[in-house]
Amino acid sequence: MTSGKTYVRFDWLIIFIYIALVAMGWINIYSASLSDAAKGYFDFTQIYGKQMIWIGLSIILIIFVLAIESKFYERFASVIYIVSLISLIGLFVFGRTIAGTTAWYDFGGFSIQPSEFAKAATALALSKYVSDIQTNMQDLKNQIGALIILALPVILIIMQPDPGSVLIYAAFVFPLYREGLHGVYLLLALFAIVLFVSTLAFGTIWVALAVLIIAGVIYFKNRRKKPNIIKYILVAIASIAFAFSVSYIFNNVFKQHHRDRFNILLGKEVDARGIGYNTHQSEIAISNGSWLGKGWTQGTQTKGNFVPEQHTDYIFSTVGEEWGFLGSMVVILLFVGLIMRIIYRAEKQKNQFGRVYGYSVAAILFFHFFVNIGMVTGIFPTVGIPLPFFSYGGSALWGFTILLFIFVKLDGANYHYA
Amino acid sequence: MRKIVLIALVLMSGVLFAARLFYLQIYDASPDSLTRNSAIKVMYDYPQRGYMFDRNDKLLVSNQPSYDVMVIPKDVKPLDTLEFCGLLKITKEDFKEILRKARVYSPRLPSVVLPQLNKADYASLSEKMYKYEGFYIQRRSLREYQVDHSANVMGYIAEVNNAIIEKNPYYQMGELIGTAGVEKEYEEVLRGVKGVKYIQKDRFNRDIGPYKDGIYDTLPERGLDVQLTIDATLQKYGQELMIHKRGGIVAIEPQTGEILALITAPSYDPSLLVGRNRSKNFTKLWYDTIAKPLYDRVLMGEYPPGSPFKALTALVGLHEHAIEANDVIGCSGGFHFGRRVLRCHHSGPVSMVAGIAKSCNTYFCTVYKRMMDTYPTPQEGIEAWRKDLMSFGLGDFLGYDLPSGKRGNIPTASYYNKIHKFPEHKWSSLATISNAIGQGEVLLTPIQMANFTAAIANRGYYYTPHIIKNIIGPDTIPQKFKVKNHTTVEPEYFEPVVEGMFQVYEQGTAAYIKVPGIEVCGKTGTAENYTKIDGKRVQLTDHSIFVAFAPKDDPKIAIAVFVENGYWGSRWAGRIAGLMIEKYLKGEITRTDMEKFVLEGSLEDEYAKPYSGQPFSINR
Repeated sequence: MTSGKTYVRFDWLIIFIYIALVAMGWINIYSASLSDAAKGYFDFTQIYGKQMIWIGLSIILIIFVLAIESKFYERFASVIYIVSLISLIGLFVFGRTIAGTTAWYDFGGFSIQPSEFAKAATALALSKYVSDIQTNMQDLKNQIGALIILALPVILIIMQPDPGSVLIYAAFVFPLYREGLHGVYLLLALFAIVLFVSTLAFGTIWVALAVLIIAGVIYFKNRRKKPNIIKYILVAIASIAFAFSVSYIFNNVFKQHHRDRFNILLGKEVDARGIGYNTHQSEIAISNGSWLGKGWTQGTQTKGNFVPEQHTDYIFSTVGEEWGFLGSMVVILLFVGLIMRIIYRAEKQKNQFGRVYGYSVAAILFFHFFVNIGMVTGIFPTVGIPLPFFSYGGSALWGFTILLFIFVKLDGANYHYA
Repeated sequence: MRKIVLIALVLMSGVLFAARLFYLQIYDASPDSLTRNSAIKVMYDYPQRGYMFDRNDKLLVSNQPSYDVMVIPKDVKPLDTLEFCGLLKITKEDFKEILRKARVYSPRLPSVVLPQLNKADYASLSEKMYKYEGFYIQRRSLREYQVDHSANVMGYIAEVNNAIIEKNPYYQMGELIGTAGVEKEYEEVLRGVKGVKYIQKDRFNRDIGPYKDGIYDTLPERGLDVQLTIDATLQKYGQELMIHKRGGIVAIEPQTGEILALITAPSYDPSLLVGRNRSKNFTKLWYDTIAKPLYDRVLMGEYPPGSPFKALTALVGLHEHAIEANDVIGCSGGFHFGRRVLRCHHSGPVSMVAGIAKSCNTYFCTVYKRMMDTYPTPQEGIEAWRKDLMSFGLGDFLGYDLPSGKRGNIPTASYYNKIHKFPEHKWSSLATISNAIGQGEVLLTPIQMANFTAAIANRGYYYTPHIIKNIIGPDTIPQKFKVKNHTTVEPEYFEPVVEGMFQVYEQGTAAYIKVPGIEVCGKTGTAENYTKIDGKRVQLTDHSIFVAFAPKDDPKIAIAVFVENGYWGSRWAGRIAGLMIEKYLKGEITRTDMEKFVLEGSLEDEYAKPYSGQPFSINR
């Protein structure tokens, strides 16, 4: 830090979008959870009333996060990360199990989901590791180091099991790529996703066959350049092994409701009244919206509680039904704007720690946004992850608030006025 | 590059979601129809179906309440099964099976436990229903028939099928629609308009109140009552006369075209198609392919008309100037053409009046041939003849207001060209000579016979026959039933034919069945007919046919009677026609000998012959 007086100025655009999203989230949660038993907007026995408490407490959190000296986050990144890991481990002893997933601490009346906070902690730890002067992301040793930082929470969350939250950790490939990780890893990740999806969709045998044929064709085409046949065989074997392991994990590690969720995505289950019910009802609700929507608290699918989990993961279907195409586009644009702004500010950071962290925040928010809206609009499979700032839930709201405002704080410290 | 990848992905996802939302909300959004919305329950309020009355305001059909016991399986609480089964009058096993099926269909939607309870069962059950949670009684409205005849006229209602639902969005699964007779023809008048209530549901299908406080709801409109042209007394009497016979009776009021009686035999009691045994009864009627009680012979049956057709041959002959009424033609017991002869049971010279009275084949064959020969080619002759006949409503649908019918057949020149392989082979008017006496290719439905008789009674015109006398409320009937259809034959040519038909009773083929005190004009008919037994063409006993109108100079009724395999015309059909006319005009029967003969007579033996597997003789 340079000498002279440092004024802290926050990026008000990020803060403004945050407030807008949280407020719109509450309005939609109100509509989605409204019941005959409700007594006014401040009925704290109702879901929307509880969300109001979470939002109120978030303000305190924000003040807290912003008040802390920005160097604290860099210095204590490792400690925060370790505390976070301990909180995840502690779940196996003290955790509460809901719907087969042990992901919550129960504090009599409300519960906390540590994996929502682990994202911020992991982002801090990774930023610290990558920004270390000795770390070079092109170095295999450092790549493994980064992988370990990511793998620890991932393994702990897989054991809960909560595959939706695990998926989010893939987002960290973006800050790593930004910091010099070879582009092959991005392609590898893409190739892995294609293999993964096609294995589930078409079966291992067909994927193996397709890999062999494609490898054969490419080899045959390049035969004049005398390609190394060993390389081709190795890649083919690796791909097939991956396909088999996907199939094994899918059938032996995943639980039936996870398998069902993937099967719906892949069109294997078309039963609208069966397991595809969530997505089907969500699509109907969104379709109902047309241009301007049915109006606040007027959505028929919303009123009838047809969309399960509508106040949490499926909250966007309420936006679609009650605010229509225009309202939905406002939400989409706010998210896109927020993420773009974070990336823009991350690039402006003077130190590498702030940039990696900013990228991590942007990538995490993007993944949540992408997977959640994709799921609610029926493009992707049903993976239970919340829409940041929008979905009901204290842990998620707090987790995202902390994640975002640490960046706001780091970013603020970068505005220098002499 | 490293800075751009994430930005590009974020922007692309924004575009992807915008496209997806546009597709879902704007492009593919099914029309925001309340009925398709799974969150809105549409409840219908069914109005009373309109009643039917006969021409004398006698009630034919009304409605009765019926009570169905319904169940919503998920709401069922443990109950005293034995007592409940006792109340429902079913066995415990049946009850369990019904509940199992209901649960399979849907635990949340209502299923029928026991349909159509009568009022007494309903009364005893309704007091105790409170004990049985998940069960309730639903009221429906069913037809209640006040008469046991005229099933073919009134028709019946049935549940709509998928084909109807696709064509007409008014109907929903499980609703009723008129499927035959007046019920079908005047469905929209009788049914009224159902009321609609939209109810907001939650995902468990529970009602949570009216949708938008009921602003889209509508009230039901009651169906309109209709008055039919039929005379219930005459209809009932005709039905009785036709017992143990097959065929039908059509009576028309010539001055209006109103159908006074439309009887097909055998028929069925309309009440059979209402209530708990409906489907059992319907199946039984449907599969009776020998007697065909659901087949309306007077509208659907196409028969060779036989001798009554001679009246038309005479009229066309006069109109085409082929003959004059006073021309006398000699008959030597048959009409000779080439090496063949069309036999006649009569001999001696006849003019038109006597020709009709005695039903002389020779006379009408000669008239027919002369008429054809006034044209340069037989093709032109046939076409002219056909045009005249069609002006009597033959050879095409008559246009009456009942949903079933046949065209009959008046052959065309091209038809004969085809069967005779014209132009390689020529054919002459003689090739079609059977048409002269109502045999050959000519086919008429009984209602067409009654209609041309009405046209003769009116001396040259008819009103399209119809069954609707009045739609009560708007007090109107379709305009097309108020228009005179003129025949091509000039009114003055009708007098000799009418006189001939009058002489049928005075000195001709129906002299012995004369109705005292009424000037009846009639014409007997005896039509040869064939069936196939084991692929072989076998002749059966002749059809007995009769057409008549009365009184001669102020016709109030024109009638056609058709008795399958009844042998000669006056034997059955002539007697029945006379009795019907007397019943209608006088209200009582003086020829009780004739009535006794008809009421006690049976043709069941005759009908059994082709199915007996034994050789049999006919016309005795």
